[in-house]
Amino acid sequence: MAVCTELLIGTRKGAWVYRDDGARGGWTVDGPMFLGEIVNHFVADPRDARVRLIAAKTGHLGPTIFRSIDGGASWIEARRPPAFAKAANPDQARAVSHTFWLEPGHADEPGVWWAGTSPPGLFVSNDNGETWDGVAGFNNHPMYWRWAPPDGGTPDGALLNQIVVDPRDPAHMYLATSTGGVFESLDRAATWAPLNRGVEVSFLPDPFPEFGQDAHFIALAPTRPDRIWQQNHCGIYRVDRPSDQWRRIGKEMPQAIGDVGFTIVPHPRDADTAWVFPMDGTTVWPRVSPGGRPAVYVTVDAGASWRRQDSGFPSDQGWFTVKRQAFCADRGAPLGLYLGTTGGELWMSDSEGEAWRPIAAHLPEIYSVTVAQGMD
Amino acid sequence: MVRVFLPSQLHSYCGLQTRPEVVGATIGEALNELDRLFPGLKFRVIDEQDRVRPHMRLFVGGDAARDLTTPLRDGDELLIFGALSGG
Repeated sequence: MAVCTELLIGTRKGAWVYRDDGARGGWTVDGPMFLGEIVNHFVADPRDARVRLIAAKTGHLGPTIFRSIDGGASWIEARRPPAFAKAANPDQARAVSHTFWLEPGHADEPGVWWAGTSPPGLFVSNDNGETWDGVAGFNNHPMYWRWAPPDGGTPDGALLNQIVVDPRDPAHMYLATSTGGVFESLDRAATWAPLNRGVEVSFLPDPFPEFGQDAHFIALAPTRPDRIWQQNHCGIYRVDRPSDQWRRIGKEMPQAIGDVGFTIVPHPRDADTAWVFPMDGTTVWPRVSPGGRPAVYVTVDAGASWRRQDSGFPSDQGWFTVKRQAFCADRGAPLGLYLGTTGGELWMSDSEGEAWRPIAAHLPEIYSVTVAQGMD
Repeated sequence: MVRVFLPSQLHSYCGLQTRPEVVGATIGEALNELDRLFPGLKFRVIDEQDRVRPHMRLFVGGDAARDLTTPLRDGDELLIFGALSGG
C-alpha cells in the first residue's frame, strides 16, 4: 500500500490540488477550484480524511468557508461562517474581512475546528465547519482592543493568524496575532495571557513590551511540544516551556541574510531541526529573497547554527518569497518539504532541503500549501 | 413583489434565477427572503453589522442605497452590483 500525498494549494485566485504518483516523481493536478476566490487556507482534517475546509472570499463578496465531507469530491458552503456578534457600540462593530487560518481541533475532539480571522477573531466549530461561533474568551477579552488595535496589522488587515493546540492537552492552546504577538490559554480558550517575553519589537518605543509583537508564525516541535518555534516580524525565536523567555536564535543567521521571514517549519521527527525561508527586511522591507537568490536555511541544533540550502533554486534574479501558510512538511521518510511562492511557483525537496525542484509554475500568488497524506 | 437583479458574482448561489422576485417592505427584508431562497447569499453582500460590504452596490429605483431599512414598494427593482477595480 503506497502513501498518497496531496498538496492543497490556496492562492489569491482559487485553489488547486497536486497529487503525487506515490514516489514524489510526478504530480497530477486538479483545479482550479473556486476560481477567483481569495483562498487563504485550504486544510485537510488529519482525524478524518473525508473532511476538508477552505477559507475564501472574493474582492467583492464577503468571507465564507467551503466544506467537503467526501475528500474534496464535492463542496458545500458553511451554513453559518465565522462572524462577530452584533455590536451595541458602533466604534466596536467588527466584521470578519476574511478567515486567515483554519486549525483542526485536538485528536480527541473529532469535528472540532478553530478559525482565526481579520480583524483578529477566534472562532470554533463543533460540526466540521458547518457552523461557527465566536470565542468570547478572546474576542470579548477586556484587553482585546489593546491586543488588537484597529489601526494595527498587515497590508491586508490585522490578523489572528494562527492557532495551535497542544497535542497532549486540548485545553492548552496558543495563538499568534499580527498586533499583539503570541498568547496562551490553559482552559480551552476561555482565558488568554500574552507570551512574548524577550521578543523584540523594532517598531514601538518599548522594544520589549508585554504585547504588541507581530508573530508571523509559531509551530510546536511535534516530538517535543514544549518547544515552540517562532518566525516573528523582527526575527527567529525559540522557547522551551515552561520557560516564558524567548531566545532570538535568528542572531546566528548570516548577517547579510538576516532573520526576517514569514514562516518556520519544524521537522516532524527531530525537535532540533527546523527550516525558514528568509526575506529582505532592510530599508523599505522589499520582502523578497535577499539579493534575488532564494534559499531556505536549516538548523539541526535548535538554532545554535544555520546552514543555507539553495540547490535547485534560481542562483540569481529570483525575487519571490514564501508567505505564512505556504511552507510545510509531510511525514514521509525521507521527509518531503513543500513551498509555494509569491510568484506562483510550487517547489519541493525530498532530501530534507538539500535540493529543490519545481512542481508547478504560473499559478496565482500562493498563500497556502498544506499536506493531506493517506494510504492508496 | 420586488424584482431583484443579481450580478455575476452571485450566480453560484442563484443559478439561472438572476432576476428573482421576492416579497419585502425594506431592503433588509428582501435580502432575508433572497437568503432563504439562496442560502449564504446575504452574508456575502451584507456583513454581520448589517452594513453593505465595501465593494457591493445596491440601488432602488436608480438611487444608491446602503441602509437596510430603505423602504421598498410593490413593483420596485432592487439592483445589486459588484464594483471593484484592480488586478
